[in-house]
Amino acid sequence: MDAILLQILNGLDKGSAYALIALGLTLIFGTLGVVNFAHGALFMIGAFCAVTMQRILGLSFSQVDPTKTDFLGNPLKVQVPYVESWFGPEVGGAIIDWSVPIAIVMAIPVMIALGFAMERGLIKHFYKRPHADQILVTFGLAIVLQEIVKYFFGANPIQTGAPDMFAGSFDFGVLMGFDPNVIIYPYWRMVYFLFALVIIGGVFAFLQFTTFGMVVRAGMADRETVGLLGIDIDRRFTIMFGLAAAVAGLAGVMYTPILSPNYHMGMDFLVLSFVVVVVGGMGSLPGAVLAGFLLGILQSFASMNEIKSIIPGIDQVIIYLIAIVILLTRPRGLMGRKGVMED
Amino acid sequence: MFGLSSKDTRFLLIVVFLTLATPILLQPFPEGSSLAQFNAGYPDLMQKFAIFGIFAIGFNILFGLTGYLSFGHAAFLGVGSYTVVWMYKLLGYNVLPGLVLAVIVSALFALLIGFISLRRSGIYFSILTLAFAQMSYNLAYSVLTPITNGETGLQVYSNDPQILMGENSPTSPHLFGIVMRESTQFEVGGWLFTLNNGYYFCAVIAILAFYLSLRIFRSPFGMMLRAIKTNQTRMNYTGLNSRPYTLAAFVISGMYAGLAGGLLAAMDPLAGAERMQWTASGEVVLMTILGGAGTLMGPVLGAGFIKYFENIFSKINDGVLHAWFAFLPDGLEDLVVALIHPFVGKGWHLTLGILFMLVVIFLPGGLVEGGQRIARLFRSKKTKTAGPGGRNRDHQPKPAPHVAE
Repeated sequence: MDAILLQILNGLDKGSAYALIALGLTLIFGTLGVVNFAHGALFMIGAFCAVTMQRILGLSFSQVDPTKTDFLGNPLKVQVPYVESWFGPEVGGAIIDWSVPIAIVMAIPVMIALGFAMERGLIKHFYKRPHADQILVTFGLAIVLQEIVKYFFGANPIQTGAPDMFAGSFDFGVLMGFDPNVIIYPYWRMVYFLFALVIIGGVFAFLQFTTFGMVVRAGMADRETVGLLGIDIDRRFTIMFGLAAAVAGLAGVMYTPILSPNYHMGMDFLVLSFVVVVVGGMGSLPGAVLAGFLLGILQSFASMNEIKSIIPGIDQVIIYLIAIVILLTRPRGLMGRKGVMED
Repeated sequence: MFGLSSKDTRFLLIVVFLTLATPILLQPFPEGSSLAQFNAGYPDLMQKFAIFGIFAIGFNILFGLTGYLSFGHAAFLGVGSYTVVWMYKLLGYNVLPGLVLAVIVSALFALLIGFISLRRSGIYFSILTLAFAQMSYNLAYSVLTPITNGETGLQVYSNDPQILMGENSPTSPHLFGIVMRESTQFEVGGWLFTLNNGYYFCAVIAILAFYLSLRIFRSPFGMMLRAIKTNQTRMNYTGLNSRPYTLAAFVISGMYAGLAGGLLAAMDPLAGAERMQWTASGEVVLMTILGGAGTLMGPVLGAGFIKYFENIFSKINDGVLHAWFAFLPDGLEDLVVALIHPFVGKGWHLTLGILFMLVVIFLPGGLVEGGQRIARLFRSKKTKTAGPGGRNRDHQPKPAPHVAE
């Protein structure tokens, strides 16, 4: 029982990341009808927004510290971050410590601008081209974005820590009457899960309860009719592309303390997210979220020793295996709509 | 000749000549000159040209001709390599049994994967093949370690049975005594030419592979594949079952990939799981598109182009750049070098990505179409001077999108 609970919890954070990326992919696919292979790169760029923020906040100048001396007895030079000299060591230290959450403020405008630029500059010209062309050109774009990031940040993973406040783990087991230290769960993963829920809830609320969202939903259902009603649907879809990019970026920003970002993390997540989208059903937003969490949890179940001893290697292939079974038995995915991307 | 029209025969003979003369043609700069680093006529790279050419020719039969975009072809490459290395371990270093078996095993593998994946088309097909390839890759790394030797990669050890090894047999891959890694060098003036056994072995196989693909392109079977690419629904309405044709195309291209993988192991007796990773599948997609999907020569050109980039372009470092631009004034020289620096050396992937995007956006037919357009530019000038009988684009049949939706 406790082992099962632990695996569900372990699957949640990976599932959250899958769900957020798949949500963005589905938004783009549902509105613009474009298969975006560069979406993983947007996730990666979001993660590097956090790295950049950490570097900006960590900018420092050297200062002679009169109270300390080095081993020769000379006064010691210390690096003092600008933030600490402006706000004092306590507040400044806290700001540096919280660089990952603060990066969200930077990531939102950056990602939206990037999304706009991508849609207007490139993807707009590919609406009428076959899906394979869209896949290929966004695949090329992903390589370019990845290489640009590699050029500036190098090829090695960069450690980006969570605020100290969330450093420890939470003992879930005690809360539910199990022994202590049976079910422990790092605080930051809990934060990530809640954050993902907020974002997903926000996107759904935006689409469900605002006039803008209503028009977008109408456009997803029948783009031509909405256009005939005199609504500039293209502009709204461009905004949705920016939103989808921001969702992917935020997912990346908050994921940095869980996985140190490197330049090819986007590609690794992209392949899995595509599988998630297909399992959930092309063009279905609830399907993408559901399938994201489902596959994340199933993946962590499959890595349990008990299951691995029955079917060796299952943890490596479970996601792909499920995708194959779903595609062959329920071609539309779990919650796919009729008429979307049918053969 | 060879069951081909005279035009195709001429084409084939040109290809044969170019392939056999590669070690000389790719060595245009004399040894010791500053441009000698652009010479591509060394065995390792030429072998890759031939091998990845075969891989891309096979992929083109599936993607260019039939219109199915597979993102998992590297799995067959890996299967071919593993088969050949296992034959080294069990029988001995003769490459022939391994290569034959590699083609057979990858055909069986392709039959299985194709039978399942081809139930769907379009992007679902791409995802299914991707899923199968990633599964094979992950399994090769973890559970199948007894067969694949996991992360270390499969290689021949001294205590392997090798039952066909005689007293005097060579201890590296060979074909009935012709050792692959041996080569003859000769020097003419300042030029040094290397004729490598392994390259010529690959080249002969590549020519055969090319001839086979030429025959497929010109056959009724190839016509059927083109019909599937153009409009599969309409084909079904006429009462034709397209499944056997697509499956045959998938298996053929899988066999080509297996053969290429086997040849990789025949040149260098190693096989690792990273050959099956999806980035390797992406590479062959890049090659085919860059050269020109659906054309005969395009994929080979694309394969050569990318491998040349990978091996030569990546060697240009700042020192070389400074030497090139030394004629500029100092400040300007540094600026130019700084501007070019991100695109060469380790950054060659960036250039490749940009180039690939440009090709997809502006030249859907790849480098071959680019060449044709330039050729047409010259020709249309001539027809214009001849009279008003030039081509009118509106009255030409519209070209089909190069991939079925």
